Amino acid sequence: MNPVPPRLRLRGITKHYGATIANDGIDLAVLPGEIHALLGENGAGKSTLVKIIYGVAAPDAGEILWQGRAVAISDPNAARALGIGMVFQHFSLFETLTVAENIALGLGTRQDMAALAARLRDVAARYGLAVDPGRHVHHLSVGERQRVEILRCLLQDPSLLIMDEPTSVLTPQETEGLFAMLRRLAGEGCSILYISHKLEEIQALCHRATVLRAGRVVAECDPRTATPAAMAEMMIGGSLPQTRRDPGRAPAGPPCMVVRGLSLPSDDPFGTGLRDIAFALRDGEILGIAGVAGNGQKELLAALSGETLAARADAVTIAGRPVGRLGVAARRRLGLAFVPEERLGRGAVAELSLAENALLTATDPDLAPHGFICFDRLRRFAADVIAAFKVVAPGPDAPAGSLSGGNMQKFIIGREIGHAPRLLLAAHPTWGVDVGAAMAIHQALIDLAATGVGVLLVSEDLAELFQICDRIAVLHAGRLSPPRPVAETTVDAVGLLMGGMMPEAAHAA
Amino acid sequence: MRLSLEPRTSPWPLMSALAPLLAVALATLGAGILFALMGRDPLAALHALFLSPLDSVNGLAELALKATPLLLCAIGIAIGVRANVWNIGAEGQFIIGAICGGGVALYFGPDGGWWLLPLMLLAGVAGGMAWAAVAAFLRTRFNAHEILVTLMLSYTAVQVLGWLVHGPWQDPEGFNFPQTPLFEPGALLPVLIEGTRVNLGAVFALLSVPLGSLLLGRMMVGFRIRVVGLAPGAARYAGFSEAGTVWFCLLLSGGLAGLAGICEVAGPIGQLLPVISPGYGFAAIIVAFLGRLHPVGILFAALLMALLYLGGEGLQISQQLPLAVTGVIQGMLLFFLLGADVFIGYRVRIVPRTPRHA
Repeated sequence: MNPVPPRLRLRGITKHYGATIANDGIDLAVLPGEIHALLGENGAGKSTLVKIIYGVAAPDAGEILWQGRAVAISDPNAARALGIGMVFQHFSLFETLTVAENIALGLGTRQDMAALAARLRDVAARYGLAVDPGRHVHHLSVGERQRVEILRCLLQDPSLLIMDEPTSVLTPQETEGLFAMLRRLAGEGCSILYISHKLEEIQALCHRATVLRAGRVVAECDPRTATPAAMAEMMIGGSLPQTRRDPGRAPAGPPCMVVRGLSLPSDDPFGTGLRDIAFALRDGEILGIAGVAGNGQKELLAALSGETLAARADAVTIAGRPVGRLGVAARRRLGLAFVPEERLGRGAVAELSLAENALLTATDPDLAPHGFICFDRLRRFAADVIAAFKVVAPGPDAPAGSLSGGNMQKFIIGREIGHAPRLLLAAHPTWGVDVGAAMAIHQALIDLAATGVGVLLVSEDLAELFQICDRIAVLHAGRLSPPRPVAETTVDAVGLLMGGMMPEAAHAA
Repeated sequence: MRLSLEPRTSPWPLMSALAPLLAVALATLGAGILFALMGRDPLAALHALFLSPLDSVNGLAELALKATPLLLCAIGIAIGVRANVWNIGAEGQFIIGAICGGGVALYFGPDGGWWLLPLMLLAGVAGGMAWAAVAAFLRTRFNAHEILVTLMLSYTAVQVLGWLVHGPWQDPEGFNFPQTPLFEPGALLPVLIEGTRVNLGAVFALLSVPLGSLLLGRMMVGFRIRVVGLAPGAARYAGFSEAGTVWFCLLLSGGLAGLAGICEVAGPIGQLLPVISPGYGFAAIIVAFLGRLHPVGILFAALLMALLYLGGEGLQISQQLPLAVTGVIQGMLLFFLLGADVFIGYRVRIVPRTPRHA
């Protein structure tokens, strides 16, 4: 055992939410200068645990020892006073204020703005976090915003920094920069609690890993020596299923969707407009669109699905028919299906039953002949989706809100596939779902493409894109790079495009 | 220790059903206390309020008569609220419906045939729709919220009615009273039970219950309304038109309120007067929520609210209490209902004062 006490030690932390147990007797020790990974699937209890450490939630039982002393962390202010900083997955910055103003607000007390800006430059230079304190946040990229959040923590000289899934919004190159900064911080003695489910990152960065499953600590390991497969098995408590892809597939067929010269200003003053987007999605292929969130993904999907109309009808064609001026329902009737990014409130209505949710995107007139809903057929349709996609649900009458994220997503994808589409748009389909469900979703997309349906997959997860796509294009600042076959490109090349390097420069690099 | 409200992990369906009953019980208790404070015997006053109106056939007929406009207005309001379209101005659509239908009756006078009454009803519905269409247009074209527009148009409608009965439509033989001539017998709705005032309007109101249920529960248009109300994002995703839903809901509720208006003036009133509604259009908002926005629930809520109107009149006579007491009890009913509704989504937790262990 280390002679110095751990910086943070948790003993028997337990937290219930109603009948569900989020944390069940969790023990954890983070040493000074250690980068400690907290590893687990969605719903394993990672977020609850760090909320308890940061004083956002109170534990039902158990104790927290800080530098060997028992403490009660009643709120985030108390956590910061101890020296605990946290960078959340979702940033809390005011878009219309400058970097320095945002940080001054976070510090709470009145600040001399000039002195603060100088201090900011100083700290930013020391850790290689290039950010101009005078810039307005809405001008910043997501990676830069994260740096502002990190700077805000660093100004308070934390001795424990909690990072919640920090790389989900970064390009591979930005991730490297973040890791260099974190290693340097750890080298100076700051402890880091790093939450992730990306195994390669944890192997590259962390000294020790604690694995959570269903609210309990199931293993501790050294990620530098453990294999990713072993860690994944600890995480999901079983062996990892593999997606199958028939190598001898027929080459992709004629285009089912062609986009030409699609430009659209964004409705949102801080959104990203689309600039001269062009691509062709072919029957039977999976076309991936990579990119950091906020580079026009929302706008592109809205323009393709019909929620926003293009200026010209021929900017978007489905099976040769110009649809740029047609709305959502008309495009659906031509065979378009869409799996949106948000599941509840958009892809499905939480309060309605699964059967009623199946009606949301139905184009089959038999489900509602003459405007009267046929509940028997709907229930049968929903039951078929539940069975075919192994959705864990009590039945077609269960409210959508009662399903877990992964099962809801399987239902939505199953419903869209069940409507027999000609092409499917899928936005971040595995975001926030567990490994098992993600595998099932990948398999479903692969199988769908094998039947000749074109699949457009918008994702931030490069591993996912390289695993199942035939071609990949990159969306950056509203521009789309020409799609390239997966075999002819690399993660690094795509990463450079995600960071805004022009294709020519990317080839040179 | 202190009390704190904590969100429930899932809504409590039993409370959703119990809340209206709890609200009625608490409002009754509150009314009793109010009567005692005003120096009346609370039990006698409550008896006069709730039971006396029901002890005769005529009383029951009056109950149906008063429930008719409440039911028609409330069903329209409830269907709108399901889509998050808030028609607060059923009162105005009621009045304009009465003016349009009544105008038809006055125009044809004794020259009307069998077609006069259907034409009056159609004109009433069209008038209510037109008044609500103003709000629908302003909402879909300029994003002006329908709560404000429909509410303000109610006051405009009152002024229009006042101007007509004081001016161009005033009965020349009416000793300068602000009223129109009485409608011809052929322009009055047939009475259902001889010797009472309950008329064909009650049948329309009763029909609106199964039709409303059918629309909301089994029809595609009702499904769209529910999706728009529950999850606007999902409605856009599904391609359901928001503007179309706003128009549909406002035209439907406006039409129903207009029907209620013409049934009132072609029924018990028989002419146009400066005041033709004791606030039916506004009370119907309470009725809609008390009935859980469901047509069958609204039927019961409308009967209860009608009883309050009848009982309030009875209280004036037997207990010499002002009519405002009815308004106070209506307010208490809504207040307690909204209060009880909090517990559908939240639970009360007693938080001990002792700090967390250190």
